[in-house]
Amino acid sequence: MQSSRYDALVGFFVLLGGAALLFLALKAGNLLTLNFQDTYTVTAKFDNIGGLKPGAAVKSAGVVVGRVGAISFDDKSFQARVILKMNEGVAFPKDSSAKILTSGLLGEQYIGLEPGAAEKNLATGDIITQTQSAVVLENLIGQFLYNKAADASAAPASGEKQ
Amino acid sequence: MIGLATSIGRGLRVKLGDWGWSARLLGALLLHLGACLRRFALVREQIYFLGNRSLSIIGVSGLFVGFVLALQGYYTLQRYGSAEAVGLLVALSLVRELGPVVAALLFAGRAGTSLTAEIGLMKAGEQLSAMEMMAVDPVQRVLAPRFWAGFIAMPLLAAVFSAVGILGGWLVAVPLIGIDAGSFWSQMQGGVDVFKDVGNGFVKSVVFGITVSFVALLQGYACKPTPEGVSQATTRTVVLSSLAVLGLDFILTAMMFSI
Repeated sequence: MQSSRYDALVGFFVLLGGAALLFLALKAGNLLTLNFQDTYTVTAKFDNIGGLKPGAAVKSAGVVVGRVGAISFDDKSFQARVILKMNEGVAFPKDSSAKILTSGLLGEQYIGLEPGAAEKNLATGDIITQTQSAVVLENLIGQFLYNKAADASAAPASGEKQ
Repeated sequence: MIGLATSIGRGLRVKLGDWGWSARLLGALLLHLGACLRRFALVREQIYFLGNRSLSIIGVSGLFVGFVLALQGYYTLQRYGSAEAVGLLVALSLVRELGPVVAALLFAGRAGTSLTAEIGLMKAGEQLSAMEMMAVDPVQRVLAPRFWAGFIAMPLLAAVFSAVGILGGWLVAVPLIGIDAGSFWSQMQGGVDVFKDVGNGFVKSVVFGITVSFVALLQGYACKPTPEGVSQATTRTVVLSSLAVLGLDFILTAMMFSI
């Protein structure tokens, strides 16, 4: 086949398009944070997960050690069942505890793992029972109002006695 | 009364006939993929005309759309104290929506019109009939390479548009407004999913590439072989392909991102 004078230019165009796609996937997208490592899965049950999403980070001491795989509802215990995909090679004691934290005031939520002291390590299929739920702003405000109301009703009562 | 009924009936029949003819043309264009791959030089030449020549307008538009998105996004987001999310806003709007759609609209204006005018003039100059006389199928020799070139060029142009737009958003957000570069990129990477957002945007741009090239070729191939006919067909290409892109975009968005 004859080579035309457009060959190099068209090649440049296709390369540029490919580079743009690569840029979108690597720099703008999350291809780099997708996990292709081997993982072991652990389940954690939370009373309330707040805004936790699949794909959120699992951190210990601030370092990412895994990702949230799937989230489902357990209708036996009425809790959220969160599957954690832990990186192979990062071992945690069996009695480690998990809590849902927020990075910054408006940041995304992630799971913080606190290592326990047990001799055995977590393995596939294990369940983390010691968990702390996400802080839900509505509950906090509700508690605050409830305490205020309790104080207000307590204060006049004590005032009348005097 | 009967005259009205017959005229409605005839109009309906003609319209249905047009639709059927268009569907057959689309089928023929799709079937000629093999022939185009065998003579890829024809497609390559068209990629140069449709793709390389559109790069400048796509790049400049993308840059300015990115600028404006960052400025407007910053204006809204800083009210809620989350100006760092401007990168996420720019990237998501470009990758999911604006990249494919605006690139397709520009592609229709820049490349679709030239396709229609070229085919229409070939038809007016009876070049297509001459080809048929020589037993050369004009759909295979002329239309199919242009169709497949549009199919290849459009997604690449949309990707370039989005990438340049994100760079433009970065230019405004980081050096100009002074948002922290680290949180700009990390918020973006935290919110843009490769398959859900970038992948679906890519699928959109492929669909739009097919739509715009097909509408342009159809209008050119079906136009009246007169100067007025060609000019009307060129206008119809822009109107119809823009409307088709916007309508398809709504359907695709509803299907892809409904949750």
